[in-house]
Amino acid sequence: MAAVLQVTVHRGTAGARRAERFEVPSEANQTVLDVVSWIQQNADPTLSYRFACRVGMCGSCAMMVNGVPRWTCRTHVQKVVDRGRNGGRDGGRIEIGPLANLPVIKDLAVDMAPFFDKWVAAGAHHHPTATRADAPSPVRPDSAAREVANAGIECINCAVCYAACDTVAHNPDYLGPAALQRAWTLLNDDRDGGHEAILDAVSGFGGCHNCHSIGSCTLRCPNELDPMTAIAGLKRASARRVWRRG
Amino acid sequence: MLDVRLYLAQRITALLMVPFVLVHLAVIVWAVQGGLTAAEILSRTQGSPFWMLFYGGFVVAASVHGAIGLRVIAHEWLGLRGRVLGGLTLGLGLVLLGLGMRAVIAVVVA
Repeated sequence: MAAVLQVTVHRGTAGARRAERFEVPSEANQTVLDVVSWIQQNADPTLSYRFACRVGMCGSCAMMVNGVPRWTCRTHVQKVVDRGRNGGRDGGRIEIGPLANLPVIKDLAVDMAPFFDKWVAAGAHHHPTATRADAPSPVRPDSAAREVANAGIECINCAVCYAACDTVAHNPDYLGPAALQRAWTLLNDDRDGGHEAILDAVSGFGGCHNCHSIGSCTLRCPNELDPMTAIAGLKRASARRVWRRG
Repeated sequence: MLDVRLYLAQRITALLMVPFVLVHLAVIVWAVQGGLTAAEILSRTQGSPFWMLFYGGFVVAASVHGAIGLRVIAHEWLGLRGRVLGGLTLGLGLVLLGLGMRAVIAVVVA
C-alpha cells in the first residue's frame, strides 16, 4: 500500500480559524506546494493559497510548514516531514499554516500589505539621481560597496524572514529584515540619491536598532541571504552619522 | 522601540560599565583577603572623590542602560507604547538613579 501523508491545514478567516486533516498520497520528489495543490484539486476546491512560478523566483508561496516559514514550491516533503514514532512508514505528518506575523485573509493566504508598506517606510525604494536623458551611471562590480549591495539584492520578497522574526512578532512597528536589507543594499548603491533619507527612515522607533540579532531571518532565508548582517551594517552607518553630526 | 539615540545611549553605557564592573570585582577580590568589615570599607570610601566619581558614574551608566533595556521588554512583552512607554522609561531611570545615588552617598559622604 502506498504511504499516505497526514496533513493538517490551518484554515478559515482571521476571526474563525480551524484545523482540518487531510490524507494525501505520498509521492517521490513531492514538494509541500504539491501537497497543498493536491488537497485543493482532489479534496477541497475551496482551499485558498497563493503560488505562481513554482520554481522559487516569485516569492508568493511561502507558508508555515511544521511551524517553520518556508518557500513551499522548493521544499521537499521528505526533508521536512514529521516521521513520528514509526519512522514515517505511514507517510508521516505535516502541519501547514499561513505565514506568521501577517494578517490572515483566508486559509493559507495572508495580507502582504503590512510587509510591503514597511519597505516604503524603510526608505527601501530607489531615489533617482538622473533622468533618462542622462548617460547611465557606471557601476564598478568590484567596488567594496557594490559587493556589499550584491550580497543582498537577490531577495524575492517572500516574507519568510518576516514570518521567522521574533522581534516582528513582539514589536509590530519593527520594519523587519526584508525591508531593512533592501534599505542596506540601496545605501550601498552609488546610483541611489536618498542615502540620508534611508538613514532617517531606519533610525526611528521602528527601525534597525530594534533588531536583537537572533538571526532567524538569516537562518530561514530560502535564498541564503543574510539580513542580520545587513541590519548590523545599518546600525553602524546610522550610529556613525550621529557622531558625524555631533 | 529604540531609535538611534536610545540605541547609542545603551551601547555607550554598556562600554562604560565594562571597566566599572571589572574594577568593582577586582577590588572585592582584593579587599576580602584577610577578612572584611563595614568599617574597613567605609574607611576606604568615605571622603574619597575617586570612589564618589567611580560609583557615581557607575550608577548613572547602570540607570540609563537598565531603563532602556526594561523599556524594550515593556514594549515587546507588555505592549506598552507612546507616552506610557516614555514615562515608564524615565521613571525607571530615575528610580534606579535615586536608589543608586542613595547608596553612593551612604558610603562616600563622611
